[in-house]
Amino acid sequence: MAAISREEVAHLARLSRLAVTEEELDRFAGQLDVILQSVARVGEVAAEDIPPTSHSVPLTNVYRDDVPVPSLTQDEALSGAPDAYEGRFRVPRILDEED
Amino acid sequence: MTDLTRMSAADLSKLITAKEVSAVEVATAHLDRISAVDDRVHAFLHVDREGALEAAARVDRGEVTGPLAGVPIAVKDVVTTKGIPTTAASKILEGWKPPYDATIVERLKKAGMPILGKTNMDEFAMGSSTEYSAYGPTNNPWDLGRIPGGSGGGSAAALAAYEAPLAIGTDTGGSIRQPGAVTGTVGAKPTYGGTSRYGLIAFSSSLDTPGPCARTVEDAALLHAVIAGHDPRDSTSIPQPVPDVVAAARLGKQGDLSGVKLGVVKEFTGDGSEPGVSAAFKDSLEALVKLGAEIVEVSCPNFQYALPAYYLIAPSECSSNLARFDGVRYGLREGDDGNRSLEEVMSLTREAGFGAEVKRRIIIGTYALSSGYYDAYYGQAQKVRTLITRDFQSAFEKVDVLVSPTTPFVAFPFGSRTSDPYQMYLADLFTIPTNLYGGPAISVPCGLSEGLPVGFQIMAPTMADDRMYRVAAALESAVGTLTPPAL
Repeated sequence: MAAISREEVAHLARLSRLAVTEEELDRFAGQLDVILQSVARVGEVAAEDIPPTSHSVPLTNVYRDDVPVPSLTQDEALSGAPDAYEGRFRVPRILDEED
Repeated sequence: MTDLTRMSAADLSKLITAKEVSAVEVATAHLDRISAVDDRVHAFLHVDREGALEAAARVDRGEVTGPLAGVPIAVKDVVTTKGIPTTAASKILEGWKPPYDATIVERLKKAGMPILGKTNMDEFAMGSSTEYSAYGPTNNPWDLGRIPGGSGGGSAAALAAYEAPLAIGTDTGGSIRQPGAVTGTVGAKPTYGGTSRYGLIAFSSSLDTPGPCARTVEDAALLHAVIAGHDPRDSTSIPQPVPDVVAAARLGKQGDLSGVKLGVVKEFTGDGSEPGVSAAFKDSLEALVKLGAEIVEVSCPNFQYALPAYYLIAPSECSSNLARFDGVRYGLREGDDGNRSLEEVMSLTREAGFGAEVKRRIIIGTYALSSGYYDAYYGQAQKVRTLITRDFQSAFEKVDVLVSPTTPFVAFPFGSRTSDPYQMYLADLFTIPTNLYGGPAISVPCGLSEGLPVGFQIMAPTMADDRMYRVAAALESAVGTLTPPAL
């Protein structure tokens, strides 16, 4: 199995929306490598005919009757937000200036 | 007067029901104990004195009754409590007050159980030592220089320090049982789906299971009965009646295990455990044989793959679940100076809000789920899950329950495993197979090694939670409970 490089950690951090520091990149690259080498053992039991289990309880769609019931109020839903504007969550701009 | 903080929940309940003490007196005794010792133990992140006393007063006025009415409880900070700060021990949720209660919290309130406060834990329940809390570690009441286990170290330490008679934990890979083992308390992971996950801050949705922490098996069963049962708000909640765990614990207490077959997992008795842990486990087996149990050695060959499979599945689900912490709907927002884009603010917020272990797992999970690696890692891990389930099913055709030590080692000193994450992960070696399978398991104190508690684990088939309580109570009757040194 390929070792996990510092560049790869940086890429994964970007995908995960984590602005990791240079120091973290060095540290994580080493640690993640050890973890991945250790967990690679799952590959030893690769039999094709074994079905995967995603959940220990068989999952089925659960429906209820379509009756309106009370939910969080708008104020309650916004109560933990870092910023709100006219009853809505306010977010920083989504497009870059060049866009 | 008897020290109310030293009593079991069952005994407190009897006194309250007989009106020999008031619920307010019981809550006050525990709140005072927290004030006296928690600066050394640090089991609590938040104490709700006012709320606990109000709830106790309602019991004293006769507004709420029930088997545990008036018995106070501590709740792990990963469980939402309306109006009480809930952080999952993370900076990213600092100061957040949920606008709703988790189902299990609703049930505690309905049962008249005053909530003393929220207990410390590894951030987002990721860890085995409570050293990854963003608010500082919890100290083990047996030795303040050692870890109290994780991730529910706060809940277990609160019990061992006599700050609460009962506590709520959550178990994703052993986070109820492992802290129970290293603090000399009882921790039970119910069948997955037997207790509702609604209102838990999700870590790994296919594994997370809330459950009871207590100082005696009967107390754990009493709390189990309060919180368990079907919840229509959780699609993985099992719509079946909960087995009578309280009756099973009381039956076990009588100390007769004639006809009960205990399966010793061969793969867990090798050289993985400290000698003192193996010795306490062996002595406990002998005690159980004296009660009439029969010991059968069983092989679960795929258990050796449980730890690697878990460390692919849990981070994968965590990387997805923790995507919701984006600085928009709740919690921290960093770097929003009017010039930065949403994506930049999100990255800066998550960098500032998450600790090292959480970041490590998010990155591992992102890797395991990424294109090209999915089949080799996540897909394989899910196949291992099938094999482990088959191991359990075939074992339970031969025996009633499986037994093992709960942890391979006793509480270790702070800092001794944090530099090597994989060494830390080994703390959950014996507890993880059960989470992958979904069945119930309990840890009961079974003796000391070098003056520190050792836990004995009992694993049962799915929805046979009563079976493990019976064996656990029998063991407790034979070996007794442990008393930590005075703080």
